Amino acid sequence: MALSYKRRQFFRQLTGLLAAVCLPLPLAYARWPEAHYAASPLDATLKQLFNDTMIEPSDQIDINVPLIAENGAVVPVTVNVALPAVQKIYLLVEKNPVPLVAEFALSEKMQAVVSARVKMAQTSDVWVIAETAAGLYKASTTVKVTIGGCGG
Amino acid sequence: MSSIKIRAKLLGEAIQIRILIVHPMETGRTLEPQTQQSLAAHFIQTMTVLHNGEVIVQADMGSGISKDPYFAFMLNGGQLGDTISVDWSDNRGQHDSASETVK
Repeated sequence: MALSYKRRQFFRQLTGLLAAVCLPLPLAYARWPEAHYAASPLDATLKQLFNDTMIEPSDQIDINVPLIAENGAVVPVTVNVALPAVQKIYLLVEKNPVPLVAEFALSEKMQAVVSARVKMAQTSDVWVIAETAAGLYKASTTVKVTIGGCGG
Repeated sequence: MSSIKIRAKLLGEAIQIRILIVHPMETGRTLEPQTQQSLAAHFIQTMTVLHNGEVIVQADMGSGISKDPYFAFMLNGGQLGDTISVDWSDNRGQHDSASETVK
């Protein structure tokens, strides 16, 4: 009896350990869409992301960035989308070697407000594309960079 | 020590979540001054934010995110004492996670 108890306990611990080791893996190695982050012109990235889906310009997307960034390595960006049912927010910098910076999939509980700090290789437009239940919307604004973000 | 700092603050009806991660976010295009060899790419690829164990933000990113990434989000609803967790993984298979209670 003492033996079987120990054995049971051992298996219980083993299961716990296995769960602890294995469970985070699918999360940690969640699929990363490599093709989205190819070094290509903005047009090619947009085609890769959305194929040829219409992207409508919208004045409901507010992009808060500095007019002039002294340091292109750290440009603070805050995006506020006032459209209903925003599912995903894409952040792009037109003239970066890799235009797509990040994509944020937001649950229904989230406000469509995202802040991040991005690198900018040179003066360029910052694009925000919001994916909503009704379709794709975009807005862009220019940031003047005085020192580049890539070791320049 | 954890690479992640989380601040989750109740602001009226919403929770402001701020995340700071210590990470080089190396693009793979920077040249090392002495050797003129490019530094190997090393950047976070995915980050997940959870509220009481439920995924609220799934972020994918490239090396265009600045070194030591900072993110802020707003969560509707939620209460004091709720748990906000963050985990990330990078292109070298490294990963880390951390949790913080809403204050």
